[in-house]
Amino acid sequence: MADTEFEPRIIAFLCNWCTYTGADLAGTSRIQYPPNIRVIRLMCSGALDPVYVSKALLEGADGVLIGGCHPGDCHYQTGNYKARRRVAILKSILKQLGFDEDRVWLRWISASEGRLFADTVTEMVAALKAKGPNPLKGAWDI
Amino acid sequence: MVHSVLKTDGNPSEAIHLLLRRLLDEGIVDALLVPLRVASGDNTVQTLVRDTRRLEGMDVLAPVMPVTTARLVSAITMTGIKERVGVVMRDCEIRAVVELVKLQQAKADNLLIIGMDCMGTYEVPDYADLMRSGADVGGALLAHAASGQPQPHEDKAFRTACQMCEKFTPSHGDLRIHLFGDDPKQHIHVEVADDLAAKLGLEPAAPAQARENVVAAITRQRTETRDRLFASFRERTKDIVGLQAYLSTCIRCHNCMVNCPICYCKECIFRTPIFDHESEKYQMWAARKGAVRLPTDTLLFHITRLNHMVTSCVGCGMCDSACPSHLPIAILFRAVGQEVQALFDYVPGRSLDEPPPVATFREDELEGVQ
Ligand code: SF4
Ligand code: SF4
Ligand code: SF4
Ligand code: FES
Repeated sequence: MADTEFEPRIIAFLCNWCTYTGADLAGTSRIQYPPNIRVIRLMCSGALDPVYVSKALLEGADGVLIGGCHPGDCHYQTGNYKARRRVAILKSILKQLGFDEDRVWLRWISASEGRLFADTVTEMVAALKAKGPNPLKGAWDI
Repeated sequence: MVHSVLKTDGNPSEAIHLLLRRLLDEGIVDALLVPLRVASGDNTVQTLVRDTRRLEGMDVLAPVMPVTTARLVSAITMTGIKERVGVVMRDCEIRAVVELVKLQQAKADNLLIIGMDCMGTYEVPDYADLMRSGADVGGALLAHAASGQPQPHEDKAFRTACQMCEKFTPSHGDLRIHLFGDDPKQHIHVEVADDLAAKLGLEPAAPAQARENVVAAITRQRTETRDRLFASFRERTKDIVGLQAYLSTCIRCHNCMVNCPICYCKECIFRTPIFDHESEKYQMWAARKGAVRLPTDTLLFHITRLNHMVTSCVGCGMCDSACPSHLPIAILFRAVGQEVQALFDYVPGRSLDEPPPVATFREDELEGVQ
């Protein structure tokens, strides 16, 4: 029926020390994953202000992936624990205000987990396809 | 803390003023931050007083809060002071001070907090109207203290934040002035730190008998109002279209942020170059979406402010009072805050010992957040 299948756009905020390197590894190991993701590199998941996640959603991104080091492995000791609190707060706020908070994913993926990174993107693309496009896409009056 | 009684001989506000004056006279404090009537008589503003002769126009019962005293306390203590300052505050202001101390925006070391039972406050223009009409604005409320049903003047209402405020008795303070449950024409009760009681020569006494029931009744009624307002807010903002409608008249002036005691950031992200865009960008956005509302980022502003500070929102309603569009921002922040704060079992202003949720973490928590 549909002339072209909906291709979700995902903005990914990835920690330099783990998930970003994991994404790199997926690439160099030629592990296939869908091309729906635009990556922004951070020095730590704890450096991500929720303003950027909110902005991405308000501008119509279909999903936001936040990737950090596994608990206990943060290069700066505790950045990922702080990130987890911020994401918990953000999701609660989004949910309460009528957004679909499940468009925001927080995942711990290490530098050696190229496979996990590829699987995560594949899984996220499928989940977002099931949801359909972000209703805010094209909203001019936000 | 000990309870004590102040005889009022028909003039409760005078009795309180004499007590406060003694703090200065006895050298217990070097300065007082207290509400003083301005010369024109139609406003009452917090004033830092060192000379007792300046206490002339003191009016601690004035039901008005032009700015939150928490901001003033931050200003006068932030970089440290040697002087000891007694500060008269309502509980929303006290709770905001507690948050600011924990956020390292105020220092409590040299503060002597004087908490007052709060009967509710008017918006500044309403208060000014009443004062110009010659009404005894504070006294009229005090007459209802015993029954615990402070009624606003006919044709005026208390601020919405006050109508839904269920924490209106002093939760902290070296000196706590109780108004509810007494006949203030005869006496009022105070609760006072032990050493201070001795210095002020206050004799221990039993607390006002009726107080507990009176406070409980007001709390119940305010909580009902709160829950009703939260429910209608939640109904209105079920989806993003509803949220947009809720905020449709926002002009993104930032007044709500500027007047919020918790929004202390000198370099708020909305005032940094991050939001100074290249002129061409606007054309790009308009081209991409077909059109773009200006100024941009109204929802982003509110959502970001929520993310940054709602864990510490004390419900003072300064955001409402500052809004030129009369938007019910405090309901939004309190309602959203209720659920976010519950995630961390955090109550803003409850204790100096609990770090604010955004300033700490636990390793074994929120494992389901992903
Ligand atoms: S919010 Fe509560 S404590 Fe603050 S002025 Fe209103 S009634 Fe008083
Ligand atoms: S004060 Fe009112 S109009 Fe101004 S930014 Fe806040 S909500 Fe919008
Ligand atoms: S958001 Fe509004 S109600 Fe909450 S602390 Fe700030 S000014 Fe007070
Ligand atoms: S360095 Fe990777 S999350 Fe902190």
